[in-house]
Amino acid sequence: MTGGAGMMDAADLRAVWLTLKLAGVVTLLLLLAATPIAWWLARTRSRLKTVVGAVVALPLVLPPTVLGFYLLVALGPHGPLGRLLAALGIGPLPFTFGGLVLASVLYSLPFAVQPLHNAFEAVGTRPLEVAATLRAGPWDRFWSVAVPLARPGFLAAAVLGFAHTIGEFGVVLMIGGNIEGSTRVVSVQIYDHVEALEYAQAHWLAAGMLAFSFAVLLLLYTFNPQPLRGRR
Amino acid sequence: MTRFAALPAALALLAAAMPPALAGEVQVAVAANFTAPMQQIAAAFEKDTGHKAQLAFGATGKFYAQIANGAPFEVLLAADDATPLKLEQDKLAVPGTRFTYAVGQLALWSAQPGVVDGGGQVLAKGDFAHLAIANPKTAPYGAAAIETLTKLNLLARLQPKIVQGESIAQAYQFVSSGNASLGFVALSQVWRDGKVTSGSAWIVPEKLHAPLRQDAVILAKGGANPAARALEDYLKSDKARAIIRAFGYGL
Repeated sequence: MTGGAGMMDAADLRAVWLTLKLAGVVTLLLLLAATPIAWWLARTRSRLKTVVGAVVALPLVLPPTVLGFYLLVALGPHGPLGRLLAALGIGPLPFTFGGLVLASVLYSLPFAVQPLHNAFEAVGTRPLEVAATLRAGPWDRFWSVAVPLARPGFLAAAVLGFAHTIGEFGVVLMIGGNIEGSTRVVSVQIYDHVEALEYAQAHWLAAGMLAFSFAVLLLLYTFNPQPLRGRR
Repeated sequence: MTRFAALPAALALLAAAMPPALAGEVQVAVAANFTAPMQQIAAAFEKDTGHKAQLAFGATGKFYAQIANGAPFEVLLAADDATPLKLEQDKLAVPGTRFTYAVGQLALWSAQPGVVDGGGQVLAKGDFAHLAIANPKTAPYGAAAIETLTKLNLLARLQPKIVQGESIAQAYQFVSSGNASLGFVALSQVWRDGKVTSGSAWIVPEKLHAPLRQDAVILAKGGANPAARALEDYLKSDKARAIIRAFGYGL
C-alpha cells in the first residue's frame, strides 16, 4: 500500500520522533519518581519495605497486557482513577500522549528504582555519618554525598528507563488507540507493518530498533558492567 | 533405573484409556471475531464426531505470517476472503477447499443504552469524544467502518475522534470500558439470539460497505488429516449454520 520501495516514509519518521519524545519525558519523570522511592527503600527499617519493593517490581513479572488492561479500565470514565482525574479537571487519559507517559512510567519504574536502590545501599551509612559530624544537614548530605557517590546508579536508571520505554509495546497497544502523532510509537508501527504484510518497511524499523538497543546496552555495559546493580 | 520402569507401563495404560484411533485432532486458527460461535461449534463437533478441534484465536494477518513461517495450523477460519486465497496461491493451502462459512455484520455500538439510535444519526451529530474502530489496515471490520464513514460523508469530520484497536476485539474493549463512548464492532460481539445483549446498537446496512465475506480453507499441513475435512463438512451442516446465525452472521 504505502512506499513499495521499503524505505521509511513520513509516518514511520513521525513514529520514531514520537517514541523518542515519549522516552525522553518518561526518563525525566522516572528519575524524579524513582529517586525518593529508592532512597527510602535503601534507608528504611519499616516493615512496609518488602511490600513497597514488591509492588514496584510488579511490572517486571506481569504481562504488559495485564497492566494495560487494568490501566484502561481504571483510567476510563467509570474507573476509580478516571473519576478522580476528571474531578481534578484532567481529561480522560486513554488515547492521549499523557496517558502513554503515565503508563510508561509505571511500566518502567522497576528499571529505574532497582539500580538506584542498589547504588544508595552501596553508598552505605558511613560517608553520611561522616558528613553529619561535619554538620551537613540531611539535604546537604543527600545532594553532596549520596547523589555523587550513586552516580553510576543514576546513569543506569536513566539509560534502562529510556531503553525500556522505547521497547514497550503491550501497554501502549492497550491504552494508546494507535493515533498517528500522539500514540502510534515505533513498536506499534512495526506491528502494523507486519500485520499488513509490509515486511520491507517493518524490516527498516525493526533493524533500526535492534541496532539502537544494542548500541545503548553496549554503552551502558562499557561504563557500568553491572547495570541492574547500579555499581561500578 | 528401576524407579523409571513403571513409566512405560503407565504410558501404555494412558494410551489404552484414550478414545479409539478414529477420533482425530485438528489445529484450527480462528479469526478473533468468530471466537464465541466457534467455541460452541467445536464443542458440538467433538460431541457429534469424536474429533477434537484445538482452537487458536487471533488476527488474520498474524495467522498468515505464522502459517507462512511453518505454524502447525491445519484449518484457517479467516476474517476475510483475501487471506485464504493468498494462502492457496502461495501453495500453503489445499486448492478447492475454500468456502464462505459466514458473512460478517458491522454494528455501531455503545455500552450505554440510548446513545446509538436505530438509524446511526448519532454519527452525524458528532456529540462524542472518541469513536473506536479496528485498525483498517489490518482488520476487515476496520476497513468496512472507514468505508461506511466515507459513504456517509462523515470521515473527514470524524477522523480526529477515531481511535484504533489492534483487532475488532480491542475496539470492543475500548467501547465496553467506556473509554470510547461508541465504536464500530462486529455484530457477533454484541448479539445473541436476535437482539443486542447490552447497550445500544445500529446494524450498519450492507449497502454502506463491501460484504465481509469470511472464508475458511484447509491448510497444507491439514491436507491428509481426516479431522480437518470433517470440520469443514461440519461447518456446512445445519447445526453449525444455526449457531453461526444466532450470533448475527449472515450466510
